[in-house]
Amino acid sequence: MVTLTIDKQTVTVPEGTTILDAAKTVNIEIPHLCYFRELNEIAACRICVVEVDGCDRLVTSCNNYVEEGMVVHTNSPKVRRSRRVTIQLILSQHDCNCPSCVRSGNCMLQKIANDLNIVMNSYPKDVRPFRWDMNLPLIRDEGKCIKCMRCVQVCDKIQNVSIWDVVNTGSRTNVGVSGNRKLDATECTYCGQCITHCPVGALRERDDTTKVVEAICDPEITTIVQVAPAVRAAWGESMGLTREQASAERMVTALKRLGFDYVFDTNFTADLTIMEEGSEFIERFTHRDEYAWPMFTSCCPGWVRFLKSQYPEFTANLSTAKSPQQMFGAVAKSYFAEKRGLDPHKVFVVSIMPCVSKKSESAIGVMNDACGDPDVDVVLTTREMNRLFRSEHISVASLEETPFDSPLGTGTGAAVIFGATGGVMDAALRSAYFLITGTNPDADAFKTVRGTQDRREAVFNIPGAGNVRVAVVSGLSNTRKLMEEIRTGAAEYDFVEVMACPGGCAGGGGQPIHDGAELAGCRGDVLWGLDSKAQIRYSHENPEVRAMYEEYFGKPLGERSHHLLHTDHFAWEMPTKAK
Amino acid sequence: MSRLDINTPSQAQKVVEGIYRDIERRIAASPPGLCPVDMALSFLTLCLAQTCGKCVPCRIGLSQLCTLIRQVLDGEAEESTVDLIDKTADTIVQSADCAIGIEAARMVLSGVRGFREDYLSHVRTGNCLGRHENPVPCVALCPAGVDIPGYIALVHEGRCEEAVRLIRKDNPFPAACGYICEHPCEARCRRNMVDNAINIRALKRYAVDNAQPSAPPALAEATGKRVAVIGGGPGGLSAAYYLAIMGHSVTVYEKRKQLGGMLRYGIPAYRLPREVLDNEISYILSTGIQVKTGVDVGVDVGYDALREEYDAMYISIGAHTDKKVGIEGEGSEGVISAVKLLGGIGDGDMPDFTGKQVVVIGGGNVAMDCVRSSIRLGADKVSCIYRRRRADMTALDEEVDGAEAEGAQMMCLQSPKRIETDENGHCVALWTVPQIIGEIGSDGRPKPHAKRDTPELRIPADVIIVAVGQGIETFGINADAVNVSRGTIKALPSGQMKDSDGVFAGGDCVTGPATVIRAIAAGKVAAANIDEYLGYHHVIASDVEIPHPSLSNKLPHGRINAVERLPAERCSDFECIECGMSAQGAEQESSRCLRCDHFGYGNFRGGRRERW
Repeated sequence: MVTLTIDKQTVTVPEGTTILDAAKTVNIEIPHLCYFRELNEIAACRICVVEVDGCDRLVTSCNNYVEEGMVVHTNSPKVRRSRRVTIQLILSQHDCNCPSCVRSGNCMLQKIANDLNIVMNSYPKDVRPFRWDMNLPLIRDEGKCIKCMRCVQVCDKIQNVSIWDVVNTGSRTNVGVSGNRKLDATECTYCGQCITHCPVGALRERDDTTKVVEAICDPEITTIVQVAPAVRAAWGESMGLTREQASAERMVTALKRLGFDYVFDTNFTADLTIMEEGSEFIERFTHRDEYAWPMFTSCCPGWVRFLKSQYPEFTANLSTAKSPQQMFGAVAKSYFAEKRGLDPHKVFVVSIMPCVSKKSESAIGVMNDACGDPDVDVVLTTREMNRLFRSEHISVASLEETPFDSPLGTGTGAAVIFGATGGVMDAALRSAYFLITGTNPDADAFKTVRGTQDRREAVFNIPGAGNVRVAVVSGLSNTRKLMEEIRTGAAEYDFVEVMACPGGCAGGGGQPIHDGAELAGCRGDVLWGLDSKAQIRYSHENPEVRAMYEEYFGKPLGERSHHLLHTDHFAWEMPTKAK
Repeated sequence: MSRLDINTPSQAQKVVEGIYRDIERRIAASPPGLCPVDMALSFLTLCLAQTCGKCVPCRIGLSQLCTLIRQVLDGEAEESTVDLIDKTADTIVQSADCAIGIEAARMVLSGVRGFREDYLSHVRTGNCLGRHENPVPCVALCPAGVDIPGYIALVHEGRCEEAVRLIRKDNPFPAACGYICEHPCEARCRRNMVDNAINIRALKRYAVDNAQPSAPPALAEATGKRVAVIGGGPGGLSAAYYLAIMGHSVTVYEKRKQLGGMLRYGIPAYRLPREVLDNEISYILSTGIQVKTGVDVGVDVGYDALREEYDAMYISIGAHTDKKVGIEGEGSEGVISAVKLLGGIGDGDMPDFTGKQVVVIGGGNVAMDCVRSSIRLGADKVSCIYRRRRADMTALDEEVDGAEAEGAQMMCLQSPKRIETDENGHCVALWTVPQIIGEIGSDGRPKPHAKRDTPELRIPADVIIVAVGQGIETFGINADAVNVSRGTIKALPSGQMKDSDGVFAGGDCVTGPATVIRAIAAGKVAAANIDEYLGYHHVIASDVEIPHPSLSNKLPHGRINAVERLPAERCSDFECIECGMSAQGAEQESSRCLRCDHFGYGNFRGGRRERW
């Protein structure tokens, strides 16, 4: 242990503790901007400087370590002056249009400048111009970038895709797309982790809320909204709600207030996905020689983009089942439209997703199977939905709870866990077991696939079918390690679930942003909790799904399913990584 | 009003002079990998301040060049801008009135022609060409990429064994390099921006001298693959060491009686003591490498037979043949080559030069080794003959100074003409043509030419040693088989030889005579690529934990230079000239390290490569 003094308080912490962390133990929060624990400890912004007795120069507290007898001042005149000058320097190159910035109120730079009482800036403005292709799902505003390098680090270290890089040198040093490319010419998965790790508004999703409002206001159009499982675990965070208040049903009421004609649940098509994908797995597993192994889940578009660009030789291994979002769009504009006598061309399907990549998935040309129009018209992230609530001045806390509409609003416990890593595998195994054996397994029989380890592996015996070797990963760096082992034959599996974002959709790139925190774990716990309390915990028992099969699809993998619920992953191109 | 005044510099001038010295050191410490266009603009801006303002091309032209290059960097230029820069700079070179303008424009011109692609990249993409690199300078400039800040930090804590272990991750010759490395790592040490480079080599020697002997390294599981290494010098042994750690079975074939290559047969014992070298080699051999000395591949054993017998092969035969001066009488008795002299000494064959007058031809480090060895062999008088000026000698300054201190005479600007012999065909004198220094050639070195109306000089000589460069051995192998052309073996940057599956080559035999550390680096690269070639991916890493940097003040502080034994004491034996650093010295010198692995770009990227 090391004992030191911070702002006249005696602190004892383990050796190897940073000054920043040591201060935190006595409730001294040293302001910091670029620092992100274990991801970005590069001391670039110099906001976290402190004065150490005996050192002539200031010291960054985020990446320097305590020493025995050290005397630290976090607010000496020298520190105060330096921090104020530095923040003004950063502001001089930052496009401070706070009122029209998506991160206003949730911006570290804004908060620190405000906290430090910066009301004037001594330095002339020197802001880079905003040049970007606004059709892309991911928007980068160069004028707002503070070069903290978090996006570069998260893309390198967590996702291992390295889309962002440091470009130029000297005072022109900047962040840009690696290899002097345009973003749409890269293997970017649009996972959005760079957005959720950006401390300011330099990175964001394309804002599609206006399109939604216009559709809602058009009396000719029937608007349908679907909400992904993971959204319910996070939507209340930035609306000032407790986890208890932020129920899915309260969110339904808010969406109805926005004016949607139908508020449905992607859980419905998550159950449908399990029916199709589970059946597909059984078909492949019982005809081993006809298929490439292992079979991969296909519900995460970031993962599909990763596979198609980095490991295109495995494209045939992807389940052909569409993602729940795309199944929903196809069903809404076919089965549901027919049922309600609606012209599918006048039906407008909106998705609320914890995801940025879903915006690109819905725009894939072949995702138009119901009527020729895109099956899903607009995808909003959880953050965009929250912005809509705010712009429509809906006081969510005071709203009553309303159930999802029927019939596409019914989901099981097996569906809601799609939003957490391991959930798709867990749900698929529950139903596959039933489809093979005719009896339900214990709903928690497959819980070894849950959790937060980098990779979970298990072998389950399904009587009548044999041993099924499964693996679950999330985060693309973990995924690459797995893929390399599969590619070289070092690892062999039958069924693999991959989610591009660490922790799965709960930690998705479209979720609310909390600077410095990773919330995938606790949001995932919310979803697992909903499953454990659900009355129905098996996708094949979803009554509305069963009804739809009886009325419309017949059976999984049938003719109509093939047309509406499955897709050809070879039908579109990704830029492939030069090897 | 006085008629004349004594010029005394003002306070401002004094400060500016100080800044000039700072800038010189700062340029010396310029990190590798900067944008050449940005640097061109920065230098030009400095030049712009120097213009007297009289002539138009310099005053306006340089200013416009600044504007144009800035447009390029800001992504506001078109391709025609680059042509305009070229035309403008060329015109200023032609038309400015003095060197201030001419040389500034020449710098821009050589840039716009020498790195035109960088200019165009800024125009076309708004960005620099290539990836932004700003590595730790010492590590980047060490050919083997040794973790220098890491081992300096360990030395500072007195953890010498761990320092040596960390060095061995990238370089199995910590002792040899501690004594004789040319230390390219020091050239751009960021400490130059404060005062002077860290004495990195001396700290490494301190670690080696003060570390307890280490246990042999752990070996990976045996792969059953067999690799032949031809040539047991630093490069061959480095490859053998890492391949053995990776679990391959390695056999080293060495033509001479002992291992070590140039470390033994080129570098004299007074620079690298033999027991230090022998200890180093025996540690390397502790990995289980098999050795066949006295086997000349191509003569005693066929090259093709080895290729048959082994799964892969590394050729590292060095450059041990001598070049000739090409003058009359070079074949006479008493004339020997540097390679022969130093090679013989390496095997303990000490000629007796007592009472003799020795003349050494050449100005490189090998020439100095011959000069200083001759002094130790009892020569009465040793002269070093060199065509150019002393400042143009390629030998390190300290080598030339050391030779002079030991009593050698540097006879510069003398071009060897012929060797005079006696009736027995033994040399008696070297005749030279006095030279005058001339124009600077494209290699940046001035060319000497004969001095007018000056008679030839006769330098009496009982022994003449020719040290004007080395080449590789043709060795008994079919030249086609090993891809020899223009005196060196052709190999790819991976070490692999084109069209020769499984055969790798590196070191002096590929690059021509170079440095020990470059040979070591080539051996390391070959080991990694041979491992891959054999179908493996063994990782070489170190378990050493690097200390966190301390937060001490880094005030300007003198560098501790190496101390040598006094010339009068050292010149009659082959004992080591250089004295090791004291514990106090090592602690002080290591505390000067700025820890670029932690402060600056290093803690973001490139600060540490933990495995390869």
